[in-house]
Amino acid sequence: MTGAEAAQVVLRLDRITKTFGKLVANDAVSLSLHRGEVIALLGENGAGKTTLMNILFGQYTADSGAVEVFGRALPPGNPRAALDAGVGMVHQHFTLADNMTVLENVTLGTVPLWQPRLDRGAVRAEITKLADDFRLAVDPDARVGSLTVGERQRVEILKALYREARILILDEPTAVLTPQETDDLFATLRKAVALGLSIVFISHKLHEVMDISDRVVILRHGRLVGEMATRDTDRHALATAMVGAEVSAPKVVPAAPGAALLRLGDVSTPDQGNAPGLKSVSLDLRAGQITGLAGVSGNGQAALADLIGGLCAPQSGQLDLDGANVAQWSPRTAVQSGIARIPEDRHKTGTIADFNLTENAILESYHTAPMSKHGWMNWPRAEAATQEIIARYDVRCPGPEARIRLLSGGNMQKLILGRVLEAAPRIILANQPVRGLDIGAVNYVHSQLLAARARGAAVLLISEDLDEIMALSDVIHVISEGRLSPEFARGSMAPADLGVWMAGHGFDEGMAHAS
Amino acid sequence: MDMLDILLSASFWAAAIRIASPLIFATLGELICERAGVLNLGIEGIMVAGAFAGWMAVYSGTGLWTGVMVAMVVGMAFGLIHSVLTVPFGLSQHVVGLGVTLLATSSTYYAYRLALPEVTSPPKITAFQPFEIPILSDIPLIGPALFAQTPMTYLAFVLVGLVSIVLYRTPLGLALRAAGENPSAVEAQGLSVTGIRMGAVIVGSGFMAMGGAFLTMSAFDSFFFEMVNGRGWICIALVVFGAWKPGKALLGAVLFAAFDALQIRVQQTPLGADIPYQIFLMTPYVLSILALIVMSRRAEVPGALMVPFNKGER
Amino acid sequence: MRLEPIANPSLARTTLPPLIAIMTTVVVASLLAMLAGANPFSVLGLILKGAFGSKFAALETLNRATPLIFTGLSVAVAFRARLWNIGAEAQLYAGALITVVLGTGALPWGAGALLPTLALGAMLAGALVLLVPALLKVRFGVDEVVTTLLFNFIFLLFISMLLEGPLKDPMGMGWPKSERLIAEARLPRMAEGLRLHWGFGLAIISAALVWVIQRRTTLGYEMRAVGLNRDAARFVGIPVNGVLIKTALLSGGLAALAGFSEVAGVKGSLTLDLSPGFGYTGIIVAMLALLNPLAVVAAALFVAGIFVGADSMSRAVGVPTYLADIMLATALLLMVLAILLTRFRVVRE
Repeated sequence: MTGAEAAQVVLRLDRITKTFGKLVANDAVSLSLHRGEVIALLGENGAGKTTLMNILFGQYTADSGAVEVFGRALPPGNPRAALDAGVGMVHQHFTLADNMTVLENVTLGTVPLWQPRLDRGAVRAEITKLADDFRLAVDPDARVGSLTVGERQRVEILKALYREARILILDEPTAVLTPQETDDLFATLRKAVALGLSIVFISHKLHEVMDISDRVVILRHGRLVGEMATRDTDRHALATAMVGAEVSAPKVVPAAPGAALLRLGDVSTPDQGNAPGLKSVSLDLRAGQITGLAGVSGNGQAALADLIGGLCAPQSGQLDLDGANVAQWSPRTAVQSGIARIPEDRHKTGTIADFNLTENAILESYHTAPMSKHGWMNWPRAEAATQEIIARYDVRCPGPEARIRLLSGGNMQKLILGRVLEAAPRIILANQPVRGLDIGAVNYVHSQLLAARARGAAVLLISEDLDEIMALSDVIHVISEGRLSPEFARGSMAPADLGVWMAGHGFDEGMAHAS
Repeated sequence: MDMLDILLSASFWAAAIRIASPLIFATLGELICERAGVLNLGIEGIMVAGAFAGWMAVYSGTGLWTGVMVAMVVGMAFGLIHSVLTVPFGLSQHVVGLGVTLLATSSTYYAYRLALPEVTSPPKITAFQPFEIPILSDIPLIGPALFAQTPMTYLAFVLVGLVSIVLYRTPLGLALRAAGENPSAVEAQGLSVTGIRMGAVIVGSGFMAMGGAFLTMSAFDSFFFEMVNGRGWICIALVVFGAWKPGKALLGAVLFAAFDALQIRVQQTPLGADIPYQIFLMTPYVLSILALIVMSRRAEVPGALMVPFNKGER
Repeated sequence: MRLEPIANPSLARTTLPPLIAIMTTVVVASLLAMLAGANPFSVLGLILKGAFGSKFAALETLNRATPLIFTGLSVAVAFRARLWNIGAEAQLYAGALITVVLGTGALPWGAGALLPTLALGAMLAGALVLLVPALLKVRFGVDEVVTTLLFNFIFLLFISMLLEGPLKDPMGMGWPKSERLIAEARLPRMAEGLRLHWGFGLAIISAALVWVIQRRTTLGYEMRAVGLNRDAARFVGIPVNGVLIKTALLSGGLAALAGFSEVAGVKGSLTLDLSPGFGYTGIIVAMLALLNPLAVVAAALFVAGIFVGADSMSRAVGVPTYLADIMLATALLLMVLAILLTRFRVVRE
């Protein structure tokens, strides 16, 4: 009998089932968590991990099943009850009010609303103490809007600790962190476990799961398909269990790059609110090469994507296409110059949810023949083109007339791929192209990018997932606060080395080196 | 110099404060709604309803303060309708707001005709009278301007302070501001976004109705159709002008009212007599638009203003 | 509670909520009429009879619907692109103003040349009136809801100023009223002996044209894209600001046609009570029509029917005429809720 089994059960999920329409998100999932234990909840995007945790936290109500915390049944659909029972959740998308201070965010909801005032001094002391105990350094009086992503996550964890959470649920907490920040987070979590807290760690990153967890629970298509002690398993076994089949990522065959198709020379762009603009960035995108852009989100990726995508023009510096300086620059000229743009957010900018597939497929071409002439739409032609994309890119859908909001993320992304790749573009801007997709769709997108590279396209791959960048890129740049690192050849840098750059170190020396 | 004389006269500033008072109530009400994330375009109609309800109550024999309470309750009832449709159901705040304005206005007129079928000119009530605050009202210029007003004006100023304190110093205000900035943050901390937003809209609507009641019970002593006359829309501009802060909104309302009082004064000068009176009547609306242009892009709009919140969704 | 989208709503799901909304509206109206001393069970019948019970009543409803079709189209076009034009009232008066400025003898032309000129002039004026808030929106980010609302007040005062000044009819016995249109500037009736002017025909044609623009042209596609998702529209290169300006011009022009049609088809001159809120009622019409231009015609008939029917009912049983406005407000609020409930179910959690 091991220590973990002997320890007290702090959380028990009993045959939780939840359906959304026809989709079974959770199918009789049972799970128990012990005191001082770290469980990794592993599964692909869409496997039902987040739904399960939202049920535990009371944001969804299960169709059937029960949740028990410290031996007591938790009333369904009541986040307050979950909080009071000692469950704290760190959401993947932070739940912070940007215009308020850390202190205000942490105390929100912790005292009765009708209490006349808040003892800020006492709260500040408490937060400082927790921050010290758990190595979560952050200024209680800083406005959340001015914090980095890593700091915001610390605030989220502080929120839970301040409410004396005994069980911490972290939903994909490392997705937005540098390798070093991930190490810091793990140090905090180990500290918490040592103090008797229990943790559910949701992830699809296998090495992190192996690193931090005591036990792994695997979800697939809403079902619990495996449960094992971490020390008894390995990454390969976990990957197979998670996907349900042997996975083979597309192979990257080394190839010689061609000429620079797009070239930035000392380009700067203005800051956009909290998002930094580019600071004297020089970059070559070469034919037949995938250039990876690594970095913590919010460090200028958006500015670079906007620039290449035609949404903003350089404030200073040169933007050259095929060696010729670009004067007029707009999304349309970018598309006409042969730039394919896969946007960061499928839902917000990539598609129009209430448009049907046809209307979405022609968003970039509707104003040109043959989709329209003299301002008149040619709908039969547009629909035929959409049919072709649906067939060629394997978009699973009821038909070109279906609203795109009905499609899964993967199929939505395939339609976008079809929209931008049909014209055989020479330059591809792939901004977070696989975020939120399951492995099948991820591999599909990656193989399309590799195919484009093979036929001589220049690809810029922007991703917060360092693993993805390292797997696909021929060369890698790191971006931090709008500055671009020198170019690193494939395999020349370890993740930790890139992490140093991602954290903003090395740029001054790098600049000196480059000039 | 004529203009200087006007600007230095206590009666001018007394008028400005009087004109500002209904705007202060209603602007505060709108500010509370918007700080919680809900644009309340019901304001115009709710002011009409409040103007009628308070006045009618007093005409039917209640005391003045009871009349104010009646107006507030009627306003809150319309706020309830607005909030049910816009908060849990998340319907378009534009459409619902205009619908509530239409509903409140038409049911007020209907009720007026039912209550007073025969009258050609509306009856008068004994309205709030100016109350000179001892000592303070003896201060030159400021005294007669600020401290010889009706009790409702004093209430308006007290409410500005109260709302500021609640918004910035109490847990309730913190939750309300968070609901308007990022409702997910509120939900994740175990609070009800729906409850907070509905509460804000209902209370805010009560304030708007008090602004309407000021017109019939303090500024005048009778109810006329069209008496609100776009003041609600002006208050929406004042919220923007005040950058969603009670103190600045108060300042905006007084500044705005000063211009209004000024145009009335200028209208009566020989110079003013040559200008069509409509030009003067236009000034408040034109000023509101100018205020919006000046403040555009400067103010920090609540992050989740007009964004409905569906539980469990982010 | 939470709202959950329904993938394939049943027939009952799509029809029952709107029906219940209409019935509730009638019940509310009946109860209010009872308050005024009328028999609540007679209300619905009297409204229907008053609106459609005779040829005279039906024609009255069609005449009443005409300006509402124009303002409804104006709002539908604007709201479709998420341009919140609440200023159709001002644009209507702008159209009416141009009609009396040019149609009282300034252009001594025949009807064949004059009427199209007046219509186009009116559209231009309405377009310009909405152009100002639209420019303020795209240039400075000023919210158009408030500016268009405020413009209504400003513009009405402007009209009042003109009617008491340069446009005042010398024979008007002191009333603020413009001179009458010359005969060539009057819209003819659609058929001999039929009390229905060609403004109605123009309204139907406009509805069809707006439908064609929205469904068959690149501009319509752009307007819908801008309305549904402005970020995506900007990303794919649709000139969002340009589309909003074009939308404003079209929307303002349509509202102005209501003014033209009322002056040239009905009143013959401009007064300050030309519109009993047609501009605002256009919002109700557009919302009831779900912003579909063809459905705007039906919705305008419905709304006009309530106005005409409730007017006649009010006179018959002696309840205040404001009942019609209450009914419309109730119908609007309940209908937007009902339409939501045809697509979402309420889940308790």
